[in-house]
Amino acid sequence: MNARALNVLGLALVAVVGIAVLFLTPRLFDLDVLLNITVYMIMAVLALSLALIWGFGGILCFGQSAFFGLGAYTYAIAMINIGESTAPLILAIIIPAAFAALLGYFMFYGRISDVYLGVITLTVTLILFNSINSTAGPEFHIGSAKLGGFNGIPGIPSLNVPFFKDWQIDLEGMFYLSTASLILTYFGLRALLASRFGRTIVGIRENDRRAQLLGYDPRAYKLATFTIGAALAGYAGCLFANWGSFVSPTIFGLAQSAQIIIWVIVGGRGTLIGPILGCVGIQWLTAALGANAPSGAAGWQALLGNVPLILGAILIAFVLLVPKGLVPTIGGLESVLFRPRTGASR
Amino acid sequence: MTVPLIETRGLGMRFGGVQAVRDVNFTLGERELRCLIGPNGAGKSTFFKMLTGQLKPTSGVVLVRGVDVTDAEPHEIARRGVGIKTQVPSVFDGLTVRENLWLATARMHRGAQAQRAVETMLERVGLSAIASRVVGQLAHGQRQWVELGVVLSTNPDLVLLDEPAAGMTDQEVLRTVELVRDINKTKALIVVEHDMQFIRMIASKVTVFNQGAVLMEDDVEVIMHSPIVRDVYLGKKAAA
Repeated sequence: MNARALNVLGLALVAVVGIAVLFLTPRLFDLDVLLNITVYMIMAVLALSLALIWGFGGILCFGQSAFFGLGAYTYAIAMINIGESTAPLILAIIIPAAFAALLGYFMFYGRISDVYLGVITLTVTLILFNSINSTAGPEFHIGSAKLGGFNGIPGIPSLNVPFFKDWQIDLEGMFYLSTASLILTYFGLRALLASRFGRTIVGIRENDRRAQLLGYDPRAYKLATFTIGAALAGYAGCLFANWGSFVSPTIFGLAQSAQIIIWVIVGGRGTLIGPILGCVGIQWLTAALGANAPSGAAGWQALLGNVPLILGAILIAFVLLVPKGLVPTIGGLESVLFRPRTGASR
Repeated sequence: MTVPLIETRGLGMRFGGVQAVRDVNFTLGERELRCLIGPNGAGKSTFFKMLTGQLKPTSGVVLVRGVDVTDAEPHEIARRGVGIKTQVPSVFDGLTVRENLWLATARMHRGAQAQRAVETMLERVGLSAIASRVVGQLAHGQRQWVELGVVLSTNPDLVLLDEPAAGMTDQEVLRTVELVRDINKTKALIVVEHDMQFIRMIASKVTVFNQGAVLMEDDVEVIMHSPIVRDVYLGKKAAA
C-alpha cells in the first residue's frame, strides 16, 4: 500500500471514529460522564494548537496556557458586559491571536534563540498568572465584569446560537460543540499542513537556514504559525470558560502549561492524532488516579493517587524510552515492516 | 557600461581581533564562471556568507545588479537570484528528496507546474530512483546532489558552489563537471574548490584568496604557473 492510500485510509478512520464519538457518546453515557468527555475534547483542541506550533512549526512554546487563559478571560469579561455571545466568541479568538502576534513579532524578528523562546513564553504565562491573581479587589473590573483575582470569575453566561441570545447552548450542546470543534480543528489543520504554507513551515522546522537561502522568510512563517496556534488555544479557552461557567488564574499556572507539553510529548510531535490521544489518555489517567485515592489514603493507594508524581514519571519514561512519542513510534514500526520510510505527516 | 551581476567594493569582515576578509573588490558578469581558490582560512567561505547575507560585512558593500544588498536578509538576496550550495550539504533532512525539491520549486511555481518542475529536476540531477527516500538517510554524495537540485530548482541567476566535488567519487566528479558546464550555459557561477583538476576542467578564470584578501585574478593556466600562487597555496599540491 502506498503512502497516499495510507493517508486517505487514516483520514477516513479518524472521520469515522470522530463521527461515532459525536453521535454515540450522548446515547451511551450519563450527563456527568458526558461533561468529563466534553472537557477532554476542549483540552484536545488546546493540545492540537501546540501540536501545530511545536510539532510542525518547531517553536517550543511553554506559553500555550497563556493564550488559552486569555481566551477564557476574554470570553468571560466580554460576555458579562455584552450578554450575547457572538462578539465575545470572536474576541476570545482575536485577542489571544493579537497578543501572540505582538509577542511573536519581538521574539522572531528579534532573533531570539529556541531556548530563550521557551523561557520567554513561560515567563509571560507566569506574569499573566501573577497579574490576574492579584486583582481580587473590587477596584479591578472591566466594565461590569469583576476580575476577582485568585477567586476567578464565576457564573459566566453560556454561549448562545450566534445572534440569537435566547437560544443558549446547554450541557449536551456543549458536548456536541466541543467534539465537532475538535473534529473540524483536526481536519482543518490537516488541510493547512497539506497546503503550501504547511509544507513550508515543516521545511523551516527541518532547516530554517536552507529555507532562508531558498528565499523564504522563516520569521514571517513562524509568526503566522504562532498566531494561528494562539487563536486556536484562545478558542479552546472560550469553550473551557463555557464548560464550567468559571475561570480562575490557575488556568495560567505552571501545572497547566506543563501538561500541554506532556500531552504532545507522549502522543508524539509531528503528528496531530498523537497529541489528541496523549491529551485524552493523560486526562483520563489523571481522573482515574485521583478518584482511586480518597483523602486520607495511605501506602500504595496514596502513592498511586499522587497525580503530579505519576505524570512526572510518565514524562521521564517517555522522554527516555519513547522519545518520539506514541504515534510516530507505532508508525515507525509499521513502516519498517511494510514500506520504505517517507516524510509524510500523519 | 553593463551593470555586473554581482559586485563587491572594499568588502571586509572582522571577527573580534581577526580580519577574516579584507578589502575585496570582486566583479562577476552575467553567465560568467569563476573559481575561487586559496588555502584553508583564506576567507572564501566567509566571502560566500557575505554574498548571501548570512554574515553582515563589517566594511564595504555588496551589489546585485547594481542594487545594494549589504544589509539585506538572506531570503531577500535569494529572491534576487543568488543560490548557494554549502560545503556541508544543507538540506531538509527529515523530508524526502521529492519534498526537498518541491519546497525549492514552490516559491516559483504553483500546483501541477511545480510538480512537473520537480520531476524534471529529479531527472536532471539523477535522483528519480530515490525520490521517495528521506534525505537524512542518504549517503553524503547523494545529499550533495539533492542540495544541487534544491539550489537549481529556485532557478537562480548566480549559483555559488562551495566545494561541490568534496566527498564525491571520480565518476561523480565527472558528472559534476558536466552539470557545472550545463548550468553555465544559462547562469553565472562562483565555485570554491581545492581540486585543481576539477578547476581546469570547468574554469577559465580564477581568483586566488590569501589571508582574507584577493592575491591574484587571472586565467587558470597563468594561475597554475604563477610562482606567487605556488608559494602560498599550490606548492604542496603541485609537488604531489
